[in-house]
Amino acid sequence: MRWRGASGVDPVRALGAAVLVGLILLSLALGASSLSLHDLLLTPEGRALALESRVPRTFAALLAGAGLAVSGQVMQVLARNRFIEPMTAGAGQSAALGVLLCTVYLPAAAIGVKMGAAALAALAGSLGLMALIRPLPPTQPLLVPLVALVYGGVIGAVVTFVAYQGDMMQFLGTWLTGELSGVLRGRYELLWIAALASGVTYLIADRLSLLALGEDAARALGLNVGLVTAAAVAAVSVVTAMVVVTLGAIPFVGLVVPNLTTRLTGDNLRQALPLTALFGAVLVLAADVLGRVIRAPYEVPVATTIAVIGATAFVILLNRGRSGV
Amino acid sequence: MSRRLIALALVFALCALGYVFVDAAGPWDFILPYRLTKLAALLLVGVALAVATVMFQTITANRILTPSLMGFDALYILILTALVHSLGSAGFAGLSPALLFGLNLSAMMALGLLLFAVLLRLAGGDMVRLVLSGIVIGLLIRAATEYLQRLIDPSEFQTVQSQSFARFTQIDGTLLAISAVAVAVGVGMAWHLRHRLDVLSLGEVAATGLGEPPARLHRLSLLVICLLVASATSLAGPLASGNSGPSSFFGLIVTAFAHIVTPSHRHAILLPSAALIGGIVLVGGQFLMERLFHLSTPLTVVIELIGGAVFLYLLLKRRAA
Repeated sequence: MRWRGASGVDPVRALGAAVLVGLILLSLALGASSLSLHDLLLTPEGRALALESRVPRTFAALLAGAGLAVSGQVMQVLARNRFIEPMTAGAGQSAALGVLLCTVYLPAAAIGVKMGAAALAALAGSLGLMALIRPLPPTQPLLVPLVALVYGGVIGAVVTFVAYQGDMMQFLGTWLTGELSGVLRGRYELLWIAALASGVTYLIADRLSLLALGEDAARALGLNVGLVTAAAVAAVSVVTAMVVVTLGAIPFVGLVVPNLTTRLTGDNLRQALPLTALFGAVLVLAADVLGRVIRAPYEVPVATTIAVIGATAFVILLNRGRSGV
Repeated sequence: MSRRLIALALVFALCALGYVFVDAAGPWDFILPYRLTKLAALLLVGVALAVATVMFQTITANRILTPSLMGFDALYILILTALVHSLGSAGFAGLSPALLFGLNLSAMMALGLLLFAVLLRLAGGDMVRLVLSGIVIGLLIRAATEYLQRLIDPSEFQTVQSQSFARFTQIDGTLLAISAVAVAVGVGMAWHLRHRLDVLSLGEVAATGLGEPPARLHRLSLLVICLLVASATSLAGPLASGNSGPSSFFGLIVTAFAHIVTPSHRHAILLPSAALIGGIVLVGGQFLMERLFHLSTPLTVVIELIGGAVFLYLLLKRRAA
């Protein structure tokens, strides 16, 4: 049953937003020092703590979740395949490679340079993947994620190799496992760039929906296929790179969330993207809150929690598709 | 064909000699036993994984699958983590190597058989689905393991972590002897099955027609495969770089080379050829990395790199054909 979007308050969006608000409050209230929400908002120390640590952390989770989910959906349109997402398909590993090479060869480089290196490397990685999967036959939809995962694994092996040679193994974990415990004010603002890039995809959502019909059909309808594709790949790469640089890789968000939302809204991206962003934010924030609670005062990285959820969902999706065929 | 096998044997002998004798700084009575132990471990692991992969590719009728690709290696770390979790690191350290090996071996065989049975059923003959489900379940097992590791004490976590990379530097003598026996049994069974595997590789229909019901041979072969991979992994740790992405492609490289060097469908040729190439890749690779290039990177990382590329090449070439 497909419900109508746009007009009126629809139950899914309202529920999603309510859950999100609840999670935000929880995320603000949870931390190493136990303060009530009241203290946090009304005492000066509480406010300082909130502004320095808890608000940034919450924002980081929201922005990363929304951005990753949206970039996954865009990538699925580009690849015309539901089982693919950038973080595990080479873009995430490439971004890590970019930061790593930058750190090894230009240790004094400013954060802007590292960010640029990560974004460019992610772009190159995404373009490489596109070139690889382009010739694959549409009759074999599972071939695309298979190639993508192995491609990502190969780039991941290059990352490990460079890290060993550069004696950087202990830093590798920070880029390959996303976590939010280090987020403070001044250390997450790059994620706003990711949010901006995801916003751009909303502006071209209708064009991307056309692209999903196939390149020939889209061209016949008057779409500048090359330009739209380039913009979409660039947006995906920027989002992936920013998340890797600030938090580390968080897998499967871009896979699980879009598959859920398109079940609800269909393939019209203008309707799907906001919901995708909402659910993505909910997923990452929920995983972070869970990771903070389950073994306090230690934390389980958000990427670890999401990897378990995401891989389980992936297995289910794979075999759900089968009974549907 | 037999001349090619002899050539492979010669190459392997050269690698082994180079590995043992080149670049020795120190007294021989220390270096020789140390290096011979490592050589034996490398050889055992190489042969076990090569033979297991050849059998696995025969029973699943394809050339790009390996048991490790199906998440088998990931099981090893899961079992280790579960052991540390339930016994505590002190209890874990108190286990004798032989007992630990036995526990690992039996748990891996049981879980491995279950894993393969589930996967083969899920895939229903669709090879791409089989591989993809295998990789994803591997990722799931790895993610679940990491989650468990985060839930145990940080100091106990160290115990697991030190055991979860393939390592050939600190091989226990008893462990080596036990796994040598296990691998010998596995390889012996594989050799015994060689003609029946030939028949199976003709296809299920032809095999049934020739009086070789595939289901029984599948089960028997899976048992042998689990035995071989489990003993190799218990000896040296998983051959996967373990951070992200699919696990090692070692078996894939080996069988791909075996099909190039000795293009034959007969297991009497494929099995020894793959076993020799397995030895060459591990011993020769370790020789190159350690003695010639003096790289600090573990060999497994390079194998993962090259193997992934070979996998993509084979997959895309198969499509183009």
